[in-house]
Amino acid sequence: MPGLEDLYREIILDHYRSPRNRGELPAPPAHRVEGFNPLCGDEVVVSLDVANGQLRDIKLAGSGCSISQSSGSLMSAAVKGKSLDEVRELIRVFKTMMSVHEASLGDDRTTGAEDAPAEPEPIDVSKMGELAALQGVVKFPVRIKCATLSWNALTQGLDELASA
Amino acid sequence: MTVHDPIDVEVIRKDFPLLTRTVHDRPIVYLDSASSSLQPRQVLAAMDHYYETTHANVHRGVYATAEGATELYEGARRKVGQFIGAPDPKREIVFTKNATEALNLVANSWGRSNLAKGDVVVLTEMEHHANMVPWLMLAESIGLSLRYLPIDGQGRLDLSDLDRIVDGAKVVALSAMSNVLGTINPVPTIAEAAHRAGAVVVVDGAQSVPHLPTNVTALGADFLAFSAHKMEGPTGIGVLWGRAELLAAMPPFLGGGGMILDVSLEGFSPAEPPWRFEAGTPPIAEAVGLAAAVDYLTGVGMEHIVAHERLITTYAIEALHERLGPDCTIFGPPPGGDRGGVLSLAYRDVHAHDLAQVLDQFGVCVRPGHHCAKPLMRKLGVTATARASIGLYNDERDIDTLIEGLNHVGTVFG
Repeated sequence: MPGLEDLYREIILDHYRSPRNRGELPAPPAHRVEGFNPLCGDEVVVSLDVANGQLRDIKLAGSGCSISQSSGSLMSAAVKGKSLDEVRELIRVFKTMMSVHEASLGDDRTTGAEDAPAEPEPIDVSKMGELAALQGVVKFPVRIKCATLSWNALTQGLDELASA
Repeated sequence: MTVHDPIDVEVIRKDFPLLTRTVHDRPIVYLDSASSSLQPRQVLAAMDHYYETTHANVHRGVYATAEGATELYEGARRKVGQFIGAPDPKREIVFTKNATEALNLVANSWGRSNLAKGDVVVLTEMEHHANMVPWLMLAESIGLSLRYLPIDGQGRLDLSDLDRIVDGAKVVALSAMSNVLGTINPVPTIAEAAHRAGAVVVVDGAQSVPHLPTNVTALGADFLAFSAHKMEGPTGIGVLWGRAELLAAMPPFLGGGGMILDVSLEGFSPAEPPWRFEAGTPPIAEAVGLAAAVDYLTGVGMEHIVAHERLITTYAIEALHERLGPDCTIFGPPPGGDRGGVLSLAYRDVHAHDLAQVLDQFGVCVRPGHHCAKPLMRKLGVTATARASIGLYNDERDIDTLIEGLNHVGTVFG
């Protein structure tokens, strides 16, 4: 039986209490994208400052549970300043950790478990830094959507920028 | 003062098989009856017995079991009608999928044939989406003007401006009891004002019918919607009660078998109510289960259920305040005659999802979220609450475990 300590790791609680990169960037020039979890009412606003293939700055606003808020904070810290290729790769690895299928991130209807890839590739959690603290979320399937909320919004924002 | 509890909860609990299971090695503490109640074995047995001995489609066959199934189904209709004091139980009870479908039926069938652009529909700020979105959809489609009865600081409807708000309205649609605040609304008072203004009164009874004695005439309702699965019955069946003359003048909602008098290649003529509104094979076993649930509630006694649930609700509110102090916020009115057993809670600034997660480790089932009442959540200034709701099988120990769990939330989130 998974215990609460699998979910509420100290790093998660720290990012929940002291979220990084909190706020909004003036849009435009920044790109602004909203994410909603219709199930619980959580909302996230992700502001992206992208130039020359680099995510120069990112800010998150909105409200939600400890998992959605800390995941957003951890995400912002991990992707800020990275090249878009690096950001995309991080998203892919995070999705794999959350056992969310490639095609389903960005799709609010999926909870993850039933969409798990047939043969999930092993991921090297040791290379994920603080993000690894979120791996316990997988043991609580209904909370996967909380953890992926801001990642969905980030993906959507990058897609919108790419197609603009 | 000690108030006598007319219900022996230990006896009641033995009727509910699900209460014998454990969750994370602890006895289950079921505090989510506002979402869906548990079912006593009498309801489950009635449905099993129906499938084992009588199952057939209704209103079609002439063989013995088909007649038996039809009699059970129509008998359930009469029983449900009598339970809510319907003047004409045989003709005024429409079986639907749930309360939501019943309200959609009213908005679409009655609404589309009686409302036009600019007509005023009055709702309240505390409505469940089920009694809001069908009207918003109709407003989008034909251009209605929506007005809202506001709520006050204690979560009651503010009726100081009632007559002006309902003036000129064609519909006043409101919940008899809030699924978020537990407020029992003064439906008769509002219905009287609505009728003076010439409006039709649509009552969402999803929370009230399972927990309060109901008489549609005393309520002053023209329509009443509720669901079986919140009143110890099965999922998959709900009820629309409508005044006979209103139903008689309404066009069908869904088309198909069972709702027609005649069909030609050019057109159709609909059956009489209530069958006009029951297209396709209805939820027969569920109707049998609902009838058994009505028998169960009647056997316990709705007056006894009210008294018991009020005792537990009062205990809960007082114990939460005494033991958790300002850490715990309870939305809705204080204990009293207009306070139902729905407790929307906040604990410090911990999100409802996290509260529910920690409580789950204690076997405590509460519902986190916006409870399908997002406009009300915005009014309360929260995105979500953790809702503990009380049924006839809950007792003080359930509340004590809830508080034990909430105390642990404080430990986890420091």
